[in-house]
Order: sequence, then C-alpha cells, then structure tokens
Amino acid sequence: MLVLEKNSLSEEIGKLVDLYGKDRSSLLPILQGIEKNHKYISDFAQQEVARLLDIHPVEVYSVVTFYSFLTHKPMGRNVVRLCQTITCDMFGKEAVAKAIERELGIKFGETTKDKSVTLEYANCLGMCDQGPAMLVNDQVYSHLTPEKAIEILEKLK
Amino acid sequence: MKENKETRAPESQKGHTIEKPKSSEGIGSMVSIEINGNKYSVPLGTTILEACKQNQIHIPTLCHHDDLCIAGVCRVCLVEVEGMRTLQASCAYPITHSLKIHTTSPQVRRARRHVIDLLLSEHYGECYACVRNNNCELQSLAKEYGVDQFTFGHVSAPLFEEDKSSYSVVRDMNKCVLCKRCVRTCIDLQEVGVLESIYRGHETRIGTFLDKPLADVICINCGQCINRCPTGALKANDPSDEIWLAIDDPTKHVVIQTAPSPRAAIGEEFDLGPGHSLTGQMNTALRRIGFDKVFDTNFTADLTIMEEGTELIIRLYKALVEGDKQIALPQFTSCSPGWVKYIEHFYPEYLDHVSSAKSPQQMFGALIKTWYSKKEGIDPANIVSVALMPCAAKKYECNRPEMVDSGYKDVDYGLTTRELAQMIKESGIYLPEMGKSHFDDPFGDASGAGLIFGATGGVMEAALRTIIELVTGVKVENVFENMNIVPVRGFEGIRYAELPIEKVGPVPEILKPLVPNWDWLKGATLKVAIAHGTANAKKIMEDIKAGGKFSECHFIEFMACPGGCLGGGGQPIPTSQEIRAKRAEAIYNEDASLPLRKSHENKHVLELYNDFLTDGPCGHISHKLLHTHYTPRGKYIA
Amino acid sequence: MENKVKREGAVIFSEYNRGDAVKKAISIGREDVLFELKESKLRGRGGAGFPTSTKWMLTAAAKSDKKYVICNADEGEPGTFKDRVLLLEYPELVFDGMVVGGYAIGAKEGIVYLRGEYEYMLKSLQDYLEEMRKDNLLGKDILGKKGFDFDIIIRLGSGAYVCGEETALIESLEGHRGEARNRPPFPVNTGLNGKPTTVNNVETFASVAHIVTKGGSWYSQHGTDKSTGSKLFSVSGDCKKPGVYELPWGTTINELLKIVEADNTKAVQVGGASGLCISKSQFDRQLGYEDLGTGGSIMVFNESRNMLHVLKNFMEFFVEESCGQCTPCRIGNVKLLEGVEMIEKGEYTFNYINKLKELGETMRISSKCGLGQSSPNPFISILENFKEEIFNNGKGGK
Repeated sequence: MLVLEKNSLSEEIGKLVDLYGKDRSSLLPILQGIEKNHKYISDFAQQEVARLLDIHPVEVYSVVTFYSFLTHKPMGRNVVRLCQTITCDMFGKEAVAKAIERELGIKFGETTKDKSVTLEYANCLGMCDQGPAMLVNDQVYSHLTPEKAIEILEKLK
Repeated sequence: MKENKETRAPESQKGHTIEKPKSSEGIGSMVSIEINGNKYSVPLGTTILEACKQNQIHIPTLCHHDDLCIAGVCRVCLVEVEGMRTLQASCAYPITHSLKIHTTSPQVRRARRHVIDLLLSEHYGECYACVRNNNCELQSLAKEYGVDQFTFGHVSAPLFEEDKSSYSVVRDMNKCVLCKRCVRTCIDLQEVGVLESIYRGHETRIGTFLDKPLADVICINCGQCINRCPTGALKANDPSDEIWLAIDDPTKHVVIQTAPSPRAAIGEEFDLGPGHSLTGQMNTALRRIGFDKVFDTNFTADLTIMEEGTELIIRLYKALVEGDKQIALPQFTSCSPGWVKYIEHFYPEYLDHVSSAKSPQQMFGALIKTWYSKKEGIDPANIVSVALMPCAAKKYECNRPEMVDSGYKDVDYGLTTRELAQMIKESGIYLPEMGKSHFDDPFGDASGAGLIFGATGGVMEAALRTIIELVTGVKVENVFENMNIVPVRGFEGIRYAELPIEKVGPVPEILKPLVPNWDWLKGATLKVAIAHGTANAKKIMEDIKAGGKFSECHFIEFMACPGGCLGGGGQPIPTSQEIRAKRAEAIYNEDASLPLRKSHENKHVLELYNDFLTDGPCGHISHKLLHTHYTPRGKYIA
Repeated sequence: MENKVKREGAVIFSEYNRGDAVKKAISIGREDVLFELKESKLRGRGGAGFPTSTKWMLTAAAKSDKKYVICNADEGEPGTFKDRVLLLEYPELVFDGMVVGGYAIGAKEGIVYLRGEYEYMLKSLQDYLEEMRKDNLLGKDILGKKGFDFDIIIRLGSGAYVCGEETALIESLEGHRGEARNRPPFPVNTGLNGKPTTVNNVETFASVAHIVTKGGSWYSQHGTDKSTGSKLFSVSGDCKKPGVYELPWGTTINELLKIVEADNTKAVQVGGASGLCISKSQFDRQLGYEDLGTGGSIMVFNESRNMLHVLKNFMEFFVEESCGQCTPCRIGNVKLLEGVEMIEKGEYTFNYINKLKELGETMRISSKCGLGQSSPNPFISILENFKEEIFNNGKGGK
C-alpha cells in the first residue's frame, strides 16, 4: 500500500473512531464503516483500528473472521448474497444460483475478474415468505427467478 | 460505552465471578449445599468446582486453570443441579443459594464421555508420538472415562501444518482442543495478545493476527502458553536431537551452563513433587549424559550483578552529580529475554532504560568461547555451548543475530528443563538417585545471590546485597536478618521498596576508576520496584509514562513470567501458584544454606576481572563481550 | 418486497397511536407498569418464553448508576420474519415499548441490535426515532416528566445468527465475538458493560406497548391460561398464503394450516431450524407454552418434500452458525450433519444413528447456550417422526 493511501485510510479510520468512540464497544460499528467503504478490512486497517482502540490486532482479526459480513480479503464492488436456507431452497434457490454462476462466470465464494461482483451464500435473510431471496449489498430482493436475478445483476454493471 | 477496562479478556472468557465475603461470620456469607447427598457449607460465591475441590470431590476439568479467568467452554466439568433443565459447568457456576448437586449421575457421566469422545474425534496424533505423552490432560480424561474406542471417529490425517517458525514455541493445531487457555494466558495473564480464536463455528481455531506464523507476529516467546496447554498443541522448539549429535561427536567439546530455576523444578519431572532442589544430582547426571563440562549460570548471574550494578552506579552518578539530563532512569533489568522482547515491541521509546548488560546466559556464552577456550586451549569452533534454562525465550535470545561477540554464536542451544529431563530419562538415569557433584572450574560454584535470580525479586535482592555493601561498607546481614531482603520477596505482582542510605563507606578498589567517593549518595533513598508477568510490567510502564511513582524509581526488576524464572515457559508442566511458591522456597532455602551469598564476594568473578576483563566492570572489554544493544521493534506487523 | 400482514388479530394489531403507552406509563407510575406487566403474564416472544415482568422487576430492583434496555432485533431463526414486519410497519409499538421499559427499570439508554441483513430498514428506523425526539417521546424529560430521560440508538449486527442469544448479543455490542457468556450471573444483574440490562424481543416490546395502554387483564383475557395474549406467526413453506399472522395462543396446527391454505401437508417445523418437526398425527397439537411453545416460525412441508434434505439444510445451518466456543455445539453439530450425510448415502448403521441421537440428547443439556441446546431438535424430531420415509422408503433405505 502506498504511503498516501495509508495516510488517507488512517484519517478515515480516525474519523470513525471519533464518531463512535475509542472504546472496545465501538469496534463493530467502526469495522462496519470500513467494510462499507472499502469492501474489506485490510491488514493495515485492522492494525490501525487496534492501535486507536488500544487492543491487540489479533483481537480485531478474531472479530473480523467471526462475523460473516466482515471480511479481510478484498470483495467486489457489489456483494451478492443468495439465501441458502430451507424455504428459499424449496422454492428455486438452486436454479437461481446456477443462473447467476453462469451469467457472472464465477462460483460462489468468488469475485468477478473486473471486481464488480462477489458472490456468496447467506443464511436465512428473513424473507422466508417470499423466497428465494438475495441481498445485493444492503438491498434485499425477493421472489427471485433466474430471469429476475439476472436482471438485477445486469443493473450492477 | 465501556467503563471497565481493567482486564481486556473477552467478556465471555472473564470470570463474572461473584465477590466472596471477607469473613465467614456475617449473615448470608455461608451457603449450605448438598453434593451427592452429603451436606456442606461453603462461602457465598464459591464455584461448584471449588466447593467440590474443598471437599475432596473430584470433578474433571479441561479448560479450567487456576491461573486464568473462567471460560466454561470445554463442558467437561458438567454437573447436575436439581431443578435445572440443563447441566451446569461447575467451574463457572457461583453458588449464591442452596443447591443440590450431583457430580456423577448417569446423565453427567454420559455427557462428559460424549464431550471427551467429541474432542478425541478431532484430535489428530498418536499419544506415543507426542511430547506430552503421560502428561496430557486429554489423555488422562480419556483414561479416566474408560475410552477404549473412537465413538465418533478419529481424524486420520493432519489438517494443519505445524508452525515451527519460532525459535521458542511450536504450535500444532491438530492437537488443539480449543480450551482457550493459551488465549487467556496471552491476552489476559500476559497482556501480550498474540493468540485469539479466529473464524467461527466448526472452522474456529486458535490463531495469530492474519493467521501468520508465530515468528512473524509480536510474540515475546515467554512460553507461558505452553505451560498451560493441556495437550501437545503447544510445545517448545526442542534442540535435543542436535545436542545429542554434538555429544556423540568426539571432535566437539560440549559444555552446558545451568540456570538456577531448572534445578529447583526438574524433580517434578521425576515425580518428586515441587520444591526439591536437585543441583548436585543434576550435575552428575549431565556428566553421565556426556557433557564435557557443567557450569553454573549463577557465575554469570554474579557477573551480571557486577556489571548491571556498576552501570546503575554510573547512571546515578551522571544524573545526580553531573546533572546529565540524558541519562535514562530508572534502569530496567535485562536478564529476562521475554521482557526484553516485550519492551522492544511495546515500549521501544524506553529501550535506553534497559541495562545494556547481557543476560547471564549470553554473558556466559561470550566467556566460554573466549576466556574459557583460551584458558583450556580449545578451538572455540569446536565448542558447543548449551544453556539449560527454565525458559522458552532463551532459545530466541541465543539466536539473536547480535549475540556473536565471541566471534562465534555465543550460545548454541537453549534447552528447557523439560527437554533436559527427557534427555536424562533417555540416558537411563533416574535423577533423584544420582550422587551429588559440584560444578566445573574455572567458573566453579557461584553465590546464592546468583541462585535467587530464579525467583521474582531475586535479581533485585542480589543487586541490593552487593550495592548496600559496596556503598555503605556495612555487612548486609547487619541490615537484613540472615541476609534475606524480605521487602523485595513474595509473589505480589508489583512490589516497591525504599532503602535510605544513611551512611557511606569508602569506594572499593574495583569501582575507584568510576566514582571518587560515595558522599553524593549519603542521605539519599534508593527506590526500587519489581514486576513479574508482562501484564504487571505493563502497569509499571504505563505509570512511568504518566509520570507516576515508578518514574521516580532508580532500578526496576522486570521478569516476563509470573513468579519469575521459576515459573518460566520451559519449566515442568503443570504450573500453579502453589507449585511456583514451592519452587521459590527451594531456591531460597538453598541460598540460605550456601557459604557464599554475595555476588561481589565470588572469587571466580574477581579472578575474571583480574585475569581477563582487566579494565573492570563496564570497561572496554566487558562492553565488547558482556553488553549488548536492543532493537526498537514496535507493534506494526508487516 | 411486500410486508402485508396476512391476518391482524385483536391484540398486537389493535388500535394504537404513537406515544399512547408512554403517556399511560407516566400517568400510572413505575410500579403500576410492572404490575400491569405481571397481570398480563406476558412471556418473552423470542422463543424462550421467560416471563417478561420477572425480567423487568429484577432489572428494576438491581442497584446501579446505569442500566440498559436492549431490543433484540437479530431475527435470524430460519422461518422467522415477524420482527421485520413489526419494525417496518409498526415501529411505534416497538420503540414505545422500549421507552416504557426504560421508564420501568430506570434505564436511560436503549439499544436496538438490528441484524445486519436488515440494514435496508436502518434509515427509516432512524428517521422514525428522530420524529419521536421531536415529539419528546425520546430525549430529556420525556413528555414533560422531570428526570425521565431516555434515548434509543440502533446498532447493526454483522451476520451471526448466534448473536440472537442475549448474552452473545451483549458480547457483540461490547465489540467481541458473539460468544455466549456463562450464566449466572444473568444480564438483569450483569449485562452490557457489566450493568443491569433487560434484553427483549421486538414483539415483546410491541406487546408491552399494548399491555401498558390497555391493561394487563385486557391482555391476559386473550389466549389461554398459561399462554396469554396473541402471537405473531411467521408462516412459510408449502402454503398458498405465507406471511405474518396474528393468532391467539391455543390455535392448533390443523387450524393454522387451514388459515394459511396449506394442502397435502406432511410436516410442520415449529420454532424454526432449532424447533421441532411434527408429522400429521400431531397436527391437533396446540401452539402455546402448554404444548408447542415457539418464537413463531412455522414452516410447512407438503408430501413432495424430502425430509432428510430438510434436515440436512438445518444441520448445515448450525454447523456454520455455531459460535464454536463450546465442545458439544462446535463438534456435535458436525457429527449430526455427518450422520445425515451417511443416511443420504445409505452408509449408516442404526447402531451409530442411535449413538448420534444420544449425542443429540447430551447436546441439549450440555451446550453452553440455547443454540447448541436446541440445534439437535430437528435431528432428533425429524429422524423420529419421519423414520418411515427416511429409513424405509427414501434413499436411506438402500
């Protein structure tokens, strides 16, 4: 990472710390903020957070790896999370999943070459009455069909 | 939002214990309970596990460790509490009202067996190929619960690669049972913060920052995690194969120096129970194994006192008399390599406070391959220098690139107490039956002051015995009864003492080139402090940073390990406060029995200054061989 | 996305205007709020069913300079989505309930722990809180009552089902991994930041708003003796009208299936993945703490569904969502999942499956928190209630 990038990231993290406070209890909101802006929490960012909150870097890493929505490896600009839990599964998740994989040319857990989309599974999204459902970043889409899902992904490009 | 920052262990791993009443007299301070149909009375807030222990009822445990906060995660210590739907982890359940407890009901036994079966199903490795064979808590549990098959299967291939990157600590996560003792040791007890649980669910494992090799993170190599690991998942980096090769090689002259703490603890490896000193027996056994010479590290402990004490006097003189504002005070001790690495990482801006004197191990290394080799006419290239240490960090220390002042690697191998015990067993020797013998010349038997280096406060006491006499001219035994400087002894995490210097004597010959007289110390008060365990060291450092009372100290002893060296990461397993206290007792008793108990009276040391370090303590030769420098490492992990 | 409630019952969806409960609470005073709550016999709506008044009284009685009211909106149980609907359509009920909670127990800070998956509703909820501040339903001296200060912040989860467990939720709020704590001590004494804390489900707070406004006895006249009031059910799966239903406690599964227009039903999973799966012969059982207590997830499976597949989906869920700290849950769920896969492949012995059932029984009583204590439920109930299908007719019969 370039020094300039590091400096601007430090500044950004500093602002998040100012906003939420220097206590350990601010850790999640701070990490969520970094994740939102950068689509992952880099090694440097994790250490910067640790330094500012006066905790150990491994404690930050421990928290980042615990939560599904926090990541330490770069994600695409958009993160698509298809629900894999039972009712979505019963109403056509598999077909939607295959269609998305085909269309994007990647498997679940992977990111497109142009870094535009990362594809993941999620556990129950709370849309069981309207499955299959998926999250695109923080927006939820329900009653998916392969066709509908592709249409939504098209708009991301 | 967070108010309580006292301990930084994750809440789930903290005790959440209930404060126990101070006396058993008050109303409601005792609770009557029933265990397995028998009635008992216990103080309010006692855990079920403690209550059972107090009443000789055995409950198996795995994640519980007396030195650490409560976790309640392994679920081995489950008991049945009448009226509760689920079984309770006895280690984590404080008794606040009358309970009826069953410790061996059928469902308790079945649950414990299931937990053990589950752990075994994911525990890779065969017991007979494990360093902890016969001293493994998982193995004992399996035996206790009559495990004769793998009910839920058994992993047939390793899932993780062994991490051997560190000179000191080897991690094999295939054997890990996720009891988190190492996590609690590293984060909470030591406040170093290398290890934590990473990932979630079945993927959970103990890891470092970014799951990097141990050598690449800010591990201080103290090895306290090893001492508390119930299985073979953590062990020291064992050099004994290389040492055997050297012993078996007739062209090699293999010498060993032995630190004070191993001799006070090695008996535990031979089922003696803690608190037996086996100094003489060990000397005999070492020769039997094939070491050509057996030296006493206490010799260089005495030398350290001379060097480090002189350094302190120089610093005080420059600061107090010459008014040099650049002089860093208080002076910190430098014998604990775990502490040295800790300060290099966490407080690099304070490195000029650390005494430049090498640790006794490294001083010895430098002397063996210079003075000794010359005196004995042995090519230093053919000398293999081994250091028996209670310590994991000493393995790292001898591999520091700067530790080559003799022109060779000053110390070739750091060997732990546990590893030596293994070598002794392999040689067919039952140590307690060995006859006693002395250390070899030219270093000979050293002083009790060097010996007590093994206990927390020992370096300070040894230094004070010398400083008091050299400065005041008064015999220590006339100031402190039996020469025991009690104010600096004990196990309290941080200790502080003040010694007023009421009168001064003449400057002894050896120090005359350095100070004209002692008048400048007359009426002064020497302020000293002691910390053991890096969590306590941290408290002192933070106080100094804030300009608190410790910043006014003159000399502070820091030991990385709780209890000092006798609780080191290379010592026999298990460890506990009680065991460490017994080891200390053995060391202090041996000190009291020695004819020589002051470093500056060690005639071999004086001979060395006459013969070799001719420009005296902190002179040029000594600076070249016996002093070192440190590396400001910081906390950033690249 | 649609959020229409399919059936509005007489309790939760009865008439309510923002601030009603807060006004009433201030006029009757703390003690009476707790009294009405006790009268109502309300039990926690998250699933465990702990009496809410007991929780609140303990928190109220705990002496401390600081206390917290936490709304558990980490609705992660598969098949549950009622909280989503409540928060989106009826936030006044939830937030008023929290304000009343703050008043009753003497807390000044309220926190909504909103699951990360629901981040899309964050903005509207925050806007709503802002409106409440303007109306002095939040802030200082609420509705003119001197010294009654209370405010609510929303904190997001980050994708961890276990954080629905109240002590794991508190850990998460403190910036740690969502690992459940040892209990005792309970959050009512030692909760967030070591302070007395009451953690309640979204629907519980909504119920409180009505109870305080209309009285505990009004509430308890609905439902049954031990299960008072009504319950929101999240119905999904094989039925014509999935959605949220408010039904009185005591409704039977058969009645419910008729209401949601489910045909050819073979199985009903009551209480989500961690609940019980019942078969046709038990459809006359009642929903309620006397029989089938639940947080409200009802998943319907018709004759075409493969129950072993359903079970596998649940067990995969638990293997991923276990926090991983305690042995029975971390490894036990893997063993149960492996068992399902063995059956799927036809490579099992009944001897081993029975051993796994025993292991499931152990997990129920030996896991550290509710997750591991309930995760064996589908394994045990599906293998028991659908053994014909799984072992004799299905693939497993090979």
